Amino acid sequence: MTATTTESSVITSALSVRDLDIFTEQDRQVLFGVEFDLQPGRILALVGESGSGKTTAGLACMGHFRKGLARGTGTITLGRSGTQNVLQMPQQELRALRGRHIAYVPQDPALSLNPAQRIGAQILEVLQIHGYGDSTAERRERVGQVLAEVGLKNDEAYQHRYPHQLSGGQQQRVGIAMAFACRPSVIVLDEPTTGLDVSTQALVLETIKELSERHQVAGLYITHDLAVVAELADEVAVMLRGRIVEHGSAREVLYSPQHDYTKALLDAVPDLEGCHQVGEVQAITSEQVQVQAHQIRQKLELPADAQPLLQVKNLALSYGAAKILNGINLSLDPGESMMLLGESGSGKTTLSRCVAGLNDDYTGTVALNGVELAPGTRKRTASQRQHIQYIFQSPFSSLNPRRTISESVEVPLVMAGVRSKSHRRDRVLEALDQVRLGKSYMDRRPGDLSGGERQRAAIARALVNAPSLLVCDEITSALDVSVQASILDLLRTIQAERQMSLLFVTHNIALARHISQRIAVLQQGKIVDYGHTDAVLENPQHEYTQQLLAHIPSF
Amino acid sequence: MSAAAEVLERPAKLEKKPNLLMRTLRQKQAKIGLALTLLVLAIALFGPLALPWLTGSTSTEFTGRPFTSTGLFGTDNLGRDVFSRFLDGGLKLLVYSALATGIGMLLGVVLGMVAAYSGRRLDGLLMRGNDVLLALPQLVFAMLAITVLGPQGWVLVLVIGVTHAPRVARVTRSAAAAVITEDYIRASEMYAVPRWKILLTEVLPNITGPLMVELGLRMTYSIGFVAALSFLGMGMQPPNADWGLMINENRIALVVQPWGVILPVLAIAVLTVGTNLLTDSLARASANINVGN
Amino acid sequence: MISRMILRRLVVSLGILLVVSLLVFFATLLLPGDPAQAILGQQATEDRLAALREQMNLNDPWWQRYLAWLGGIFTGNLGISAATGGSVAALLSERISASLVLLAVAGVIAIPVGIIVGTYSALRRDRGFDRAATGVSLVLASLPEFVIGVVLIALLSTTVFKLLPSVTMAPPGEAVWNYPLQLVLPTLTLVLVVIPYIIRMMRATMLEVLDSGYVEMARLKGVPERQVITRHAIPHALGPVAQVVAIQLAWMAGGVVVIEFLFRYPGIGQALVDAVTNRDVQVVQAISIIIAAAYVVVNLLADVVGMVTNPKLRTESAA
Repeated sequence: MTATTTESSVITSALSVRDLDIFTEQDRQVLFGVEFDLQPGRILALVGESGSGKTTAGLACMGHFRKGLARGTGTITLGRSGTQNVLQMPQQELRALRGRHIAYVPQDPALSLNPAQRIGAQILEVLQIHGYGDSTAERRERVGQVLAEVGLKNDEAYQHRYPHQLSGGQQQRVGIAMAFACRPSVIVLDEPTTGLDVSTQALVLETIKELSERHQVAGLYITHDLAVVAELADEVAVMLRGRIVEHGSAREVLYSPQHDYTKALLDAVPDLEGCHQVGEVQAITSEQVQVQAHQIRQKLELPADAQPLLQVKNLALSYGAAKILNGINLSLDPGESMMLLGESGSGKTTLSRCVAGLNDDYTGTVALNGVELAPGTRKRTASQRQHIQYIFQSPFSSLNPRRTISESVEVPLVMAGVRSKSHRRDRVLEALDQVRLGKSYMDRRPGDLSGGERQRAAIARALVNAPSLLVCDEITSALDVSVQASILDLLRTIQAERQMSLLFVTHNIALARHISQRIAVLQQGKIVDYGHTDAVLENPQHEYTQQLLAHIPSF
Repeated sequence: MSAAAEVLERPAKLEKKPNLLMRTLRQKQAKIGLALTLLVLAIALFGPLALPWLTGSTSTEFTGRPFTSTGLFGTDNLGRDVFSRFLDGGLKLLVYSALATGIGMLLGVVLGMVAAYSGRRLDGLLMRGNDVLLALPQLVFAMLAITVLGPQGWVLVLVIGVTHAPRVARVTRSAAAAVITEDYIRASEMYAVPRWKILLTEVLPNITGPLMVELGLRMTYSIGFVAALSFLGMGMQPPNADWGLMINENRIALVVQPWGVILPVLAIAVLTVGTNLLTDSLARASANINVGN
Repeated sequence: MISRMILRRLVVSLGILLVVSLLVFFATLLLPGDPAQAILGQQATEDRLAALREQMNLNDPWWQRYLAWLGGIFTGNLGISAATGGSVAALLSERISASLVLLAVAGVIAIPVGIIVGTYSALRRDRGFDRAATGVSLVLASLPEFVIGVVLIALLSTTVFKLLPSVTMAPPGEAVWNYPLQLVLPTLTLVLVVIPYIIRMMRATMLEVLDSGYVEMARLKGVPERQVITRHAIPHALGPVAQVVAIQLAWMAGGVVVIEFLFRYPGIGQALVDAVTNRDVQVVQAISIIIAAAYVVVNLLADVVGMVTNPKLRTESAA
């Protein structure tokens, strides 16, 4: 792999972006002098967190600007169309370009495929518009061919399907087929694997890599996921608030980053080996109390006869014929942290809600300190409710936008019967301190807070009553990776300080060594692997766990 | 948090967001709507007080022969002063409309929230009941009630209010249903907050936008219905002065003496356009689109 | 799958109609006084009253009378009008067709015009045409039917221009459509009442669709703008608009009462107003049921159209 210099790339590049500035209609600048080149057969990853302007830059390459954006200035040229600037092209020419020479794969195929048209027809449409081939018969043949290229069935019946009849992974491959249909020279991929589970993601990434190499297509891969970048990209450009702050070969950027932001970003990525020490790196958490993972582990060697804090026996739940949960058994000791790992649809959220009493349709028993709990929070006693606290996935949904943070955080206290207002205020303040939010946040509303701050406030609400078990349902999946790191950091600190137990529900196996002592792997409502983190990761018993481990992208 | 952490997790800017009402009134359209509404409101409220010293007669007094041009705007079909009747004709219309709207909103909001929040069975039952009431146009329903109970004020208010309710309930239910899937409702459930309190403190404050819009819409419709029923001779009864009734009484002489029709038509038109402009601005403000110019 | 859904929807509709009929029937029970007396007047002899009571089954328990009345609806026997003493069915049959003509003509004009104006408005968002169309439809939507009607009469028929007749005066026994000029004003009023809702809904739906991922994708595929709109946008906007059109058609059934009264148009609306004024319960009942049935049928049709055009439902069984 060689680092490309600007001089040589001008000659060979398939697409070259120079000095790209973009403003909103209100004249706020969102992109600042963005520059990059795409080479045939190579993939450039444009990495950034939400709001960094990476999608805006990607769409600008196609001369497309979303609502609210004014047109950009600068030059974007395609190798094939000579010196014509895409940004100044008339609509007519842009249209001829799009889909033919430069194609786009959207983030969410479920929204981007026309739900009322058969997939074959949608692929055929691109070919027809751009006059690919000489006859309709030839175009039809191409539809079948490109479907086969992305690893889908290509018979008539399959082409006659509607998007909703395909799985998410299949829909995304149709999107990729549509993009490759006219054999473009450049392809822009906008986080095409978000929302797909790990094994599907691995397949899709492989397809993209193989196709762009085979057909010498230049790829721009927009993503926030550094692990994917390591798998796929030849070059990386890191974006921060509308600027490219670091640019180089994938090896350089990932293994010897220069810019502080890149370093912080890389340090925040959880890795399966657990050697990154997410969240304990100075760049993120200099003021945080340092907690060593092995310290927690040592502390928790409990006497064998100790009663488990939480005991779940034979828990089952089904809606009609669909069995969501099937005979779940697990137990959690005081002060222990367990990861509940599962992909979407595995029943992990349902299980965590049964434990917290949010779902009362289950059969089987959930016991706290040896006492069986009634299903449903309303039937549990106040102290039982107090002991198990649940934190929701999305902090954008779990706080009432009309109430101030202190009003939201004090709800558990009010319901636990703490009458004194000043007493409640003290406890709220204490909890907010613990999540590093402080007094100034008390009278703000969720709308004034960032995603990470909101999640901290939600954690404060769970902590305010001093629980013994914290159930965290995918609490970092709606957050950027750096924010995720700081939240993980916070949780571990609190856990160690308070000797609290943690049930950490996630789909991200890479977090395992960063947060949990034990793992339970959930697949289709059953626990298929269960044991100490190291044991499960090093010696997975079940085929499904092995598969998961094989498919995670890493670097 | 350290400097680097702040780079990563940028705190959102602390900016006081203007509330719904302020955002509404920032629009030119809302200002026009408010002015129009207030104009007619002033006529309707203060008109009766101005009688008879302003026009020299009460609204039911005979001042001359029918359809002559004595007085500022002439006389009506029975020889009463048109301007006096105009000034006296808006108050009841407004009071009835406001009462009907109030009843409809109260019933509808309660029903809609309960339907959205309660289990499937009660929800289904309430909504099926709604379907039945929706199958009859409001005006036809009102006429059915008037046939049985006679054209009295309370019948009008009650029947228009009750027939508003299912429509309001529908809007409330769909707005509340969207809120109820939010996790903060689940959080309240988890802390065993009483159900009525969840509805009142968690759900209601989050659906005020659509409810305000519905309030405006229902008010506009109520005015239309009360006026239309009076126009049909089923609302306010002679010799009461009422805008709808005036149109009915005087429309045969539209060519000879247009004021008897034009004044009340204008008043009703200005009022409904005004309330609807306000409502539309409210809707824009609560959907947060296109605000500021 | 889809046929089962349609069947279920049909059953629900019938159930709704049944409950409406109960509601309408019970309204009569609340009525003070003796229907027979109301029909025959104060001077009627006891014998004739008794005979009429017998004929109207007034001596039977309420549920028998309800069933008889319900059966009558299906056989076209809607009872006897208290005001005229004649059969309700005979009274209404001509009026129903007159009202249908009015509604149909208004619908044929309002629906396509509304859809075209709404679509064009969405495509020209925030430009002159859009602002004008939005403004005009906002004002029109606020005005009660009779206000629009009176203004039209003042403008086109009496005070300003004298172009069109303001009242319908077909000689008895002659069909309204033989006098097309008299139809113009009532139709125009009805169109103006209904069209703003169709325009606004079509515009809003189109704006939403134009913002959707698949329209953006079509543009990024290089699909020409015209084809984006005809192939990708409009088909998705029509579904929700069909629902609004259905509700508006039903709304027309209510608004048509006022409009018919205003223009003295010999339809069921005018008949309803007369019947209410005369407290002619049998006629009010019959018209209420007819209007409710029309509403239910139109809604059912809209739902069926929605189901059939939705590929997700259509292919459920195949998936």
